[in-house]
Amino acid sequence: MGSSRSSLRRVPDGQQLLQETGFSAAVLLRLHQRFQFLDKDSRGHLRSEDLEAELSENPMGDRIVGAFFQPGQETVDFPSFVRVLAHFRPTEKNRTRGGEQPEPANSRNRKLKFAFQLYDRDRDGKISRTELLQVLREMLGLQVTEEQLQSIAERAIQEADLDRDHAICFDEFRKSLEKVNIDHKMSVRFLE
Amino acid sequence: MMMRMMILVLLLCCISSAAPEETHDEHGGGHNITGIPIVTFKWHHVKPPYTVALWVLVCFLCKLLIEANHNVTNYIPESALLICFGFILGGMIWGADQVQTFKLTPTTFFFYLLPQIILDTGYSMPNKLFFTNLGAILVHAVIGTCWNAATLGLSLWGCHQAGAMGNIEIGLLQYLLYGSLMAAVDPVAVIAVFEQVHVNEVLFILVFGESLLNDGVTVVLFNVFDAFVSLGGGAIDAKEIVKGIVSFFVVAFGGSLLGTVFGLLVSLLSRCTKNIQIIEPGFIFVLGYLAYLTAEMLSLSSILSIVFCGVCCQKYMNANMDENSIQTVRYAMKVFANGSETIIFVFLGISAIDKTIWVWNTGFILLTLFFILIYRFIGVFILSWILNRTRLVPVTFVEQIIMGYGGLRGAVAYGLAVNLNETNIKEKNLMVCTTLIVVYFTVILQGVTMKPLVQWLNVKRATTTELTLVEKVQNKVFEHMLVGIEDISGQIGDNYWRNKWRNFEEKWMSRVLLKPSARKNQDRLFNVFHQLNLQDAMEYVKEGERRGSLDFIRNESAFVDFKKKLEEDYEEAMPDIMADMADDQNGASVMRRDPVPSISLEMHEQNMRGLREAEVINSHHLLDQHLYKGRKQHRYRFSRSHLDINQDENEVQEIFQRTMRSRLESFKSGKMGVAPPKTITKHTKREPQPKMPNGRNKNYHSGDEDFEFSEGDSASGYDTSFPMRVGYRAGAGIENPAFMPDLDPSSPLHIPPWLADAGLEVNQVAPSERAQMRTPGHLHRLASLRSRARSGETDQDLPPPPHRDDDHL
Repeated sequence: MGSSRSSLRRVPDGQQLLQETGFSAAVLLRLHQRFQFLDKDSRGHLRSEDLEAELSENPMGDRIVGAFFQPGQETVDFPSFVRVLAHFRPTEKNRTRGGEQPEPANSRNRKLKFAFQLYDRDRDGKISRTELLQVLREMLGLQVTEEQLQSIAERAIQEADLDRDHAICFDEFRKSLEKVNIDHKMSVRFLE
Repeated sequence: MMMRMMILVLLLCCISSAAPEETHDEHGGGHNITGIPIVTFKWHHVKPPYTVALWVLVCFLCKLLIEANHNVTNYIPESALLICFGFILGGMIWGADQVQTFKLTPTTFFFYLLPQIILDTGYSMPNKLFFTNLGAILVHAVIGTCWNAATLGLSLWGCHQAGAMGNIEIGLLQYLLYGSLMAAVDPVAVIAVFEQVHVNEVLFILVFGESLLNDGVTVVLFNVFDAFVSLGGGAIDAKEIVKGIVSFFVVAFGGSLLGTVFGLLVSLLSRCTKNIQIIEPGFIFVLGYLAYLTAEMLSLSSILSIVFCGVCCQKYMNANMDENSIQTVRYAMKVFANGSETIIFVFLGISAIDKTIWVWNTGFILLTLFFILIYRFIGVFILSWILNRTRLVPVTFVEQIIMGYGGLRGAVAYGLAVNLNETNIKEKNLMVCTTLIVVYFTVILQGVTMKPLVQWLNVKRATTTELTLVEKVQNKVFEHMLVGIEDISGQIGDNYWRNKWRNFEEKWMSRVLLKPSARKNQDRLFNVFHQLNLQDAMEYVKEGERRGSLDFIRNESAFVDFKKKLEEDYEEAMPDIMADMADDQNGASVMRRDPVPSISLEMHEQNMRGLREAEVINSHHLLDQHLYKGRKQHRYRFSRSHLDINQDENEVQEIFQRTMRSRLESFKSGKMGVAPPKTITKHTKREPQPKMPNGRNKNYHSGDEDFEFSEGDSASGYDTSFPMRVGYRAGAGIENPAFMPDLDPSSPLHIPPWLADAGLEVNQVAPSERAQMRTPGHLHRLASLRSRARSGETDQDLPPPPHRDDDHL
């Protein structure tokens, strides 16, 4: 650990990130190496093209990439990179949180919020039918006709929409997924 | 019930007393023929199959008795009750015969009773869950079983050396052999007990998967130790031990591979069996059984073979086969599996009532029981601790307790015990005895206490609700998300492999093993949607029947033609295609192309054969008819060529009143723009949109009271319905895509049917608010179905009205 502690100094805001994200030093280091690998021109930040290159086959690729970037920004630096990835850390069971501590990135709520934002690209706090339709189209596209997609979208909204505004707000989203084991489905084992 | 008991008793006495009589008959028949016998009693002639059939009947009757008092099964699992019945029956036979003429022989058990059960488990195995947890399952199955066997054998031997068991002649090797046959958790017992308990699926799959996969280990251990016992202690050296270990891999992987090959064979066959649908269901049974026997022949693990056969073929069979065949297979498997299970447990009970096998050795028996429990728990705890460090979702302590407690031994152990070689193993009877007692203990005692234990410990139970569409969509999103994140963060995790496997499978295996039409319908999300629609249709039909609507009967012939048209063009398609017919733009145009000939009668018969597709179609049309009957009828009458006056005054009144009411409500809500519908009603033609068939006419007839209302209604219709029946909008088939892009997605557009097609060309139709209000209140989901049906129905406006009128009346 000693060596990784010293090399942690190379990582910008290393200590702070450790605390904020809950990653171990070894994982953080590895992610930093990965960041530098993706950042082919050594600019210190990543652009969307760098990330998209990795996700060319993924139907949700551009959405995932989009989630890394704050609205309006075109680059992502290492701390932001790690903060986004922190959402995917498995939730610990015995978290002792003091009242002042902000909610950790990998809490169920934050995970769900991240998932919500994948749909809600315009960040208006609601998943409208068109947004849902777009997601479905990306995932089902070729096999299903347009009308079928629309009825699936419509039906999905109808099932989840409790306040009848024909869009799914975050609370409704959360409620519709309360039976799903988010921790399991939204966690990646970060290797060291 | 008492009558049935009496009959059972009488039957059994007959059978057992008939046994000594047979010789008498034979002699009599052979020597004393004096004339031509009119009737002879040829018991000996039919004895073997007759006894078998009679026993099967008796076992099923036992089950019937149990189910008659269904409440008992909440406390005592069925298997325990069946064993008790076995005791009673065994006692009766013993009383009649003084010897146990019937018992569970290993041949019968391993060749005729066990395969069906395992085939059923393999076929209905939740694959995804199974393979996700495969690592944990394998660890428990292999290491856990070896641990159980070793510790049990060694501990018993240790106790023997310490003198706790008195004078019995069992050496170390025999103890190890005994340990290996007692070590295996039994799948039959696990199913029997756990199926009534409903623990959460991960826990279930861990115990259950372990019980299936440990057969590989059991077979190897048993054979190895059996060989050692035969060879004698001196022949064991390192070479033999190495051979033993190698044989484990060969047996386990060989068995699985063999099963997979057979599974793929079945899938391939199912692709080609389109023309022999009547025999289609038979293939899986035959090939499954062959997989079992082939593995048995090659001394590989037969259980593993048949499990993997079932596991591999389920997806392809379910996609390729006709719906009827799928139902048949599923049901037949359950019948056989349940039947076998019943027979096994009853005979386990009967086999106990046999004085010849009873050797009682308190120390041996009690110590065996004790050690089995203890070592099972210890093994589970240790292994779970190791596994939890690598699992994403750890197995909780409570779940581990249930896993330990669920290590039930059953008929497999008994079968193996009876198979022991008597010459080598002097104390075979003792072992058989102990095995039986252990089986009874686990099945009866642990079975009875399992449910209270689960409740007391508050184990997470199985969720019985189906996934909603949102959950399904979200699961898919999660999958893609995780793969993406793994890619970005540069690691190779589970999701990476899963993705790779899925791509491989889609590219290569599906192409070979699935029918082309089946491949198209593979999408899971779509299937959920389809299932939901089917459910709605079923519910609606039930609802309609309950309410006693005669419309159903009256108008059946009308939608027959629809089916015929569909059948012509969509033979290959699965039933859901029918449901979505109206959505498909091609469908619409096709329907317009073919005028309906007068084949309604013929088609009527076809429909009445009760094909499932027909049911679905019928429901669509039932809905349609039921809802729009009135509307429809005077729609025809207001066609361009027929200008009859609507004679149903009441209906007109009804419409008027509803319109007024809804207008008032719409003024209150006032949120949605009213303009668009009015626009529609004014236009007679809209320019054809790329996806819609042209001629999307909004012809209607003005100047009629109804249409005035309808116009207003259309305006207000979707306002009021808007908050209630959101789903209606979206039914593909309801929606007129021509209008969708124009509107804000949140304000749907209804095209009232009477506007859409007054006797003219086919259009896709939106349900009116009126129609919506006429549907049973809680079945709002059916809207999409209805509208689809309706749009299908409106297609029938196409043919000349006189023909149609006949149908409607």
